[in-house]
Amino acid sequence: MTKSFNIVLAGVGGQGTLLAGKLFGLIAAKMGLDVKVSEVHGMAQRGGSVITYVRIGERVYSPVIEPGAADFILAFEELEGMRWAHLLRRGGTLLINMRRTMPMPVAMGQAEYPDNIIESILALSEGGTSVYALDAQKLAEEAGSVKAVNFVMTGAMSHFIDIDKALFYEAINDLFSGKKAALAEMNQRAFDLGSAIIEAK
Amino acid sequence: MRDLKEILLGNEAIARGAYEAGVKVVSSYPGTPSTEITQAIASYDRVYCEWASNEKVGLEVAIGASLAGARAMSCMKHVGMNVAADPLFTVSYTGVSGGLVVVVADDPGMHSSQNEQDSRNYARAAKMPMLEPSDSQECLEFTKKAFEISEKYDTPVMIRLSTRISHSRTLVSTNEPLDQKLIPYEKNMQKNVMMPAMAVKRHIVVEERQRRIAADVSNDSLEGLISIEQGSNELGIITSGIAWQYVKEALPEASVLKLGMIWPLPIEKIKKFAAGVKRLVVIEELDPVIETELRAAGINCEGKDLFTLQGEYTPSMIREALSDNKNPASAFDKSALPLAPGRPPVMCAGCPHKGLFMALSRLKAVVTGDIGCYTLGALNPTNAMDVCVCMGASIGMAHGIDKATDSEMTEKTVAVIGDSTFLHTGINGLINSVYNGSRSTVIILDNSITGMTGHQQNPATGRNIRLDPAPAVDLEALCRSVGVKSVYTVDPADTDASRKVIAQAMKEQHVTVVIARRPCALIPTGRGTPDMVVSLDRDKCTRCGACLRIMCPALTKGEDGYPQIDPVTCNGCDLCVRVCPFDALISGQATREEEAKS
Repeated sequence: MTKSFNIVLAGVGGQGTLLAGKLFGLIAAKMGLDVKVSEVHGMAQRGGSVITYVRIGERVYSPVIEPGAADFILAFEELEGMRWAHLLRRGGTLLINMRRTMPMPVAMGQAEYPDNIIESILALSEGGTSVYALDAQKLAEEAGSVKAVNFVMTGAMSHFIDIDKALFYEAINDLFSGKKAALAEMNQRAFDLGSAIIEAK
Repeated sequence: MRDLKEILLGNEAIARGAYEAGVKVVSSYPGTPSTEITQAIASYDRVYCEWASNEKVGLEVAIGASLAGARAMSCMKHVGMNVAADPLFTVSYTGVSGGLVVVVADDPGMHSSQNEQDSRNYARAAKMPMLEPSDSQECLEFTKKAFEISEKYDTPVMIRLSTRISHSRTLVSTNEPLDQKLIPYEKNMQKNVMMPAMAVKRHIVVEERQRRIAADVSNDSLEGLISIEQGSNELGIITSGIAWQYVKEALPEASVLKLGMIWPLPIEKIKKFAAGVKRLVVIEELDPVIETELRAAGINCEGKDLFTLQGEYTPSMIREALSDNKNPASAFDKSALPLAPGRPPVMCAGCPHKGLFMALSRLKAVVTGDIGCYTLGALNPTNAMDVCVCMGASIGMAHGIDKATDSEMTEKTVAVIGDSTFLHTGINGLINSVYNGSRSTVIILDNSITGMTGHQQNPATGRNIRLDPAPAVDLEALCRSVGVKSVYTVDPADTDASRKVIAQAMKEQHVTVVIARRPCALIPTGRGTPDMVVSLDRDKCTRCGACLRIMCPALTKGEDGYPQIDPVTCNGCDLCVRVCPFDALISGQATREEEAKS
């Protein structure tokens, strides 16, 4: 059976879901598999809820992941993790960065930010579905930049996905080729920290 | 031939295809979801490309280049097609010399648009062929094919994209570019000067051309634009573009006819396909363009009786309508989880439009809006917008209000329009207002960039598409030159001063222009530097809330009442540092200098 992965990257505009999506695209190409990465540009990028779909397989048709079809969800923010949790298939893996970014309706006092998101999700997870919550932002800071949350999350999920870690390193290098080598190193560090935190659990 | 595959956005693949086809001139106006095509073209040194001041101009530039014998292209979003429609309809009559391709990107689901129009209607109305790719590889191949068809049949060719095609990355095999020679120019007034006597004859050519292209696709002499996968004869699907991908996902057993060219339609070929299946369904997002044509040709089919006219389709939707196969089962029942509050887009941390909309909100202005990031001024917390229709419309609408009423509304009305939008189609509105004695107030939000589409240069920024220096329009001088007597310039970060100037401008009994100038916080000249995050001195902070009132998405009120700075979102613009009465917020710049010293 050939490998196939449906990965959802959910976050707030500006959190780097696009770059993580690009990373998986590069990895799939290296594996000789078909891949589609669907992005959100334009108005929604301005601090809105953004979602990037990555589909990898022998032959991929729709670039969009249907509800119940995601093998992995990488949520860069708690509320966004909950918003898109229904995309996960039974037995899939949901990784959530334990950080909260208040949407404007909440900041304006017109809506409530649910205070028990991770507990609610955990209470409902069954049938082999895995949920992991981690403080990716703290690890990103440790790695050298708060903006490396996307690579911490990717490192964390690398523990569960049947893809050689060397491919992740290669792809991170490719992503920053021509730019500062320091950026590639820093993001690899973020990746390693993400990976290590899951191993420790 | 390189066998290494690249992973490209549909838009980047269109650019690659045009490059490989030897395109020489590309002129476009940015617009989501089409922008990245022309931006990617700029990376090919041998192609001349530019940001045009609007789509009509962009297409006209491409028409000129084609007349001169070069392969040329113009790209736009669906509503940009409306602006370019005038030249589009008539260049269909003149035909081309060098291949001429017009790319239009629709936005089903309106990810970043003000309407959901279906641009396929333009191909039908302007009587020109339209191709529709279904992934990035086809984007590349169809673009090359479009140039060939254009020259072979002496017609401009349209390529229709949709957001999911434009903004999905898929694998692409690339080739080396053709060395396309300029076609020698021959003066031909009968063909190119569209006066009645000539146009009458050209219209005959156009109709004949449509018949010939449809026949050539039907009899396979025009190859690669239709594919038939013979499955079960119980169900036959006719589809194209992104919908084809959804069909393949949802209905693996069905017979499928995929149209690569959706205008003109190869009716004869479709009739044969229809005869071989018991049930025929057309699956197309938005308007029933294919379905209507099939029904008119007497082909019995279903379509919009099963599927919506709105938004994007999904495989689930198709499965539910036409198959016994079940949709995948979710790990989580959405209704069992707490309700997720919405997260609408907001003005960025450090956005200069913020201060201006706070001022308009305080003034209780009636605001005719326009298209750009600043349309977000309509949302909470400012709610400072009354109408928004299309590019450039704010100025005409404000003048219309002035002429319709002498109520308080007249004085309170202001038009707000961005620098790029003003140069796109605002100038003509302003001339009209001055000429017709308007009393309206126009605010040009000059953030020195075309923001929403991802920071493209425009005629007022002093840079061209490749970031080389270019002449910059002097907005103040331009407004004065068309007869505006009062032109003010303000810094929108200074909300109080801006408000006073706008209040004064509103009172004046002739057209006034207020230019609110401050660069976008996300561009290098916008002061913001993402690695210089603001921090808080808790000893000095009195929790007065002044900083929270600037509505920065990077600043929220913590549970202890102190402001919390989100370092990921903070752009280091220091707007909050400036408004804090107690110097409790510390600029990242200062922190960095401190670090350098130690």
